[in-house]
Amino acid sequence: MDQIEKANVNNIHLPTEVIPDPGANIVLGHGLDYKTVTDRIGGIVVLPWKNSPKKWLVGAFISFCFVNLLMLAVYLLFTKGVGIWGLNIPVAWGFAIINFVWWIGIGHAGTLISAVLFLVKQDWRTSINRFSEAMTLFAVACAGMFPILHLGRPWLFYWLLPYPNSMWLWPQPRSPLEWDVFAVSTYGTVSLVFWYVGLLPDLASLRDTAPYLWQRKIYAILSLGWRGSAIHWHRYQKAYLLLAGLATPLVLSVHTIVSFDFAVSQLPGWHTTIFPPYFVAGAVYSGFAMVLTLVIPLRAWYNMRDLITLRTIEAAAKLMLGVGLIVAYGYGMEAFFAWYSGDKYESFMYWNRMTGPYGFMYWLLILCNIAIPQLLWSQKVRHNLGLVWTISIVINIGMWLERFEIVVTSLHRDFLPSSWGMYIPTKWDIATYAGTLGFFMLLIFLFVRALPSISIFEVREQVHHDLQHENKPAVEEHA
Amino acid sequence: MSHAVSTKRYEGLYGALVEFDTPEDLLDACDKAYAEGFRKMDAFAPMPVDGLAEAIGYKKNKVALCVLIGGITGMCFGFGLLQWISQVAYPLNVGGRPLNSWPAFIPITFECMILFSALTSMISMLAMNGLPRPYHALFNVPAFERASVDKFFLLIESQDPKFEPDQTVDFLKTLGGNEVNFVPE
Repeated sequence: MDQIEKANVNNIHLPTEVIPDPGANIVLGHGLDYKTVTDRIGGIVVLPWKNSPKKWLVGAFISFCFVNLLMLAVYLLFTKGVGIWGLNIPVAWGFAIINFVWWIGIGHAGTLISAVLFLVKQDWRTSINRFSEAMTLFAVACAGMFPILHLGRPWLFYWLLPYPNSMWLWPQPRSPLEWDVFAVSTYGTVSLVFWYVGLLPDLASLRDTAPYLWQRKIYAILSLGWRGSAIHWHRYQKAYLLLAGLATPLVLSVHTIVSFDFAVSQLPGWHTTIFPPYFVAGAVYSGFAMVLTLVIPLRAWYNMRDLITLRTIEAAAKLMLGVGLIVAYGYGMEAFFAWYSGDKYESFMYWNRMTGPYGFMYWLLILCNIAIPQLLWSQKVRHNLGLVWTISIVINIGMWLERFEIVVTSLHRDFLPSSWGMYIPTKWDIATYAGTLGFFMLLIFLFVRALPSISIFEVREQVHHDLQHENKPAVEEHA
Repeated sequence: MSHAVSTKRYEGLYGALVEFDTPEDLLDACDKAYAEGFRKMDAFAPMPVDGLAEAIGYKKNKVALCVLIGGITGMCFGFGLLQWISQVAYPLNVGGRPLNSWPAFIPITFECMILFSALTSMISMLAMNGLPRPYHALFNVPAFERASVDKFFLLIESQDPKFEPDQTVDFLKTLGGNEVNFVPE
C-alpha cells in the first residue's frame, strides 16, 4: 500500500519555482492543461503538510487563539448576561447588531460573485467563486452568532421559529426581526447548497487523485459517487443555473430585510426609504473588499498567480470602486434628505452624526469609504497589489464604521434630550468581535487545506475555451 | 444492484468503454456511435461539454419543472403558515388592525419560496441522476479514474440490443480513441 501511495504522491506535480503573474489581459496563465489544473488546485488539499507554507500554520494558530478568546467571551456572557457588554438604554443595540450587519454584508459579495457574475457570464469569476462562496458561508456563521448571543437567554433561540409548542405561542410574523430569522436562515441554507453543488465534481476529482486511501474514502463519501456522465452534467448545469438565478434575488432580499430592522422603526436616521438599496450596495462593497483581502495573500502563498490572475483582481477592484460610488451616493442622499425634509429631528440627527461626540468616526468613515478608494481609478494603483490589499482593508474598516454610525448615533440622541446617553464598548464587546474574526479566519485556513479553493472543473472549462481560441486562426475569430 | 432474475444478455459485463483525450474527439465518437444504432450509451467528461448529452440522445431535462413546483409549494407554505398563525392559531388584535395584514407576510413568503426551490433544485438533480451512489460498475475500470481529471470516455452498455462484445469493441477501436476496456460488473 505504501508503494502505491508514494507513487500517487509523486504523480501530483506542483511547480517548484515561483510562477509570475501573466498580466491583466488573460484569465488563466499559459501552459495549463486539464491534468495540471487538477494537480495544482487539488494538490494543495491532498498533499502532505510539507507542501503547505509555514505561514499557514502561524496564521491558523493565531486564529485559533482568537477562537479561544471568543469562547471565553461567550462563556462570560452566558454566565453573567449581556451586562458585560456596553449596552444600556438608550443604546440597546451596540456591537452585536453592528457586527451582525457587517458580517452578513461581507457574505453578500460571495453570492454576488458566484451567482450574478455567473448569470452575466464573467469569465474572471471562475478563479474566485469557490473561495468567495466559502467566505459567504463563514461570514454568515459569524453573523448568525450575534443576534443569538444578544438574546439575553440565547438557549431559547428556537422560540424565534414557528413550531407547535405546549404554550401554543407563535412568533409575530409582522415584525422585521421575524423576517430576519427567515432571511438569514434561508440565506445560510441556500449558500450551503450552492457551495456544495458547486463542489460535487471537484470532490469526485479529489476522490480519484488523492494519494492516500483514507482521503479517497472521505472524498468518495462527500462526492456522492459523481461520475461525470454527460446526462448528469446536463441536469447539473440546469440546477446550478437555477440556483444562481435564485441566489441573486435572495441576496438582495436578505440585506433589504436586514435594513428593514432599522427602516421600519420610527427613529430619525433609521426611518428612511433609501435604506434597502443603500444597505445592499454597502454589503457588496464590504464583501468585495473582504474577497480581495483574502485572495491576494492566497494566490501568493500557494503560488497560484497564473490561476488567479491580475485580470481577476483588477476586475474585482473596478467593481468595488463602482459599488463604492453607489454607497457614496447613498451617504449624499441621506445628508440631502436630512436637510431637504425640513424635519428637525432628522436634520439634528445628521448634524449630530457629523459634529457630535461620534463625529470623528463619521469623517473617518468618509475617508475610508469614499476618499481613499478613489485611488482605484488609476490603473497603476490597481496593478499594485500591495496598495489594492491595503485599500481593501481600509474599506473593511470603513464599512464597519458605517454600521457603527448607523446603529449608535441614531440611538444615543433620540427625541427626548433627557434620555440621551453614550455608548462605549467594553473589552468583552471587543473580545467577542475579535473572536469572530478569528473564527472566520480559522475556517478560511481550514477550508484552504480541506477543499479545493478554486473550482477545478470550471477552470478546466476555461482551459478548454482558451485551447479552442488558440487553435483558431485570427481571421476566423473576427468573422 | 438487484438482478435476481437476470434479464441480462451478458452476465458480469456492464459494457465497453473507450477513452479519448479531448472533448471534440468524444463528441465525434458519440455521433458515430449514435449513427451506428447504439442507444444505451453514456459519455463521461471531467467538465460539462456543450452538446454531449444531446449527442447520446438525451432530450428532456426536468430539473426546471421540479424547481418551479418546489417554488410554488414553498410560496404557498410560507403564506399559508403566516395566515394560519395570525388568523387561526394566535390571532392578535393590535388596535383593531386587520388580522390578514398580507403585505407584512410577503418577505417570509418570498424567503420560503427561495428556500424550497433551492432545495428542490439540488435534491431533484441528485435524485434524477441516481446519486448518492457510492458503488458503480464503472469504478471497476482503473483507467476510469481519469474521467474526473483529464480523460473523456464513451460507454456502450451491454444492455443495448446491438451490443455484441467482440463486434462492439472492434467498432469502438475504429473511433480513434486510446484504449478500449470491458467494464466488469
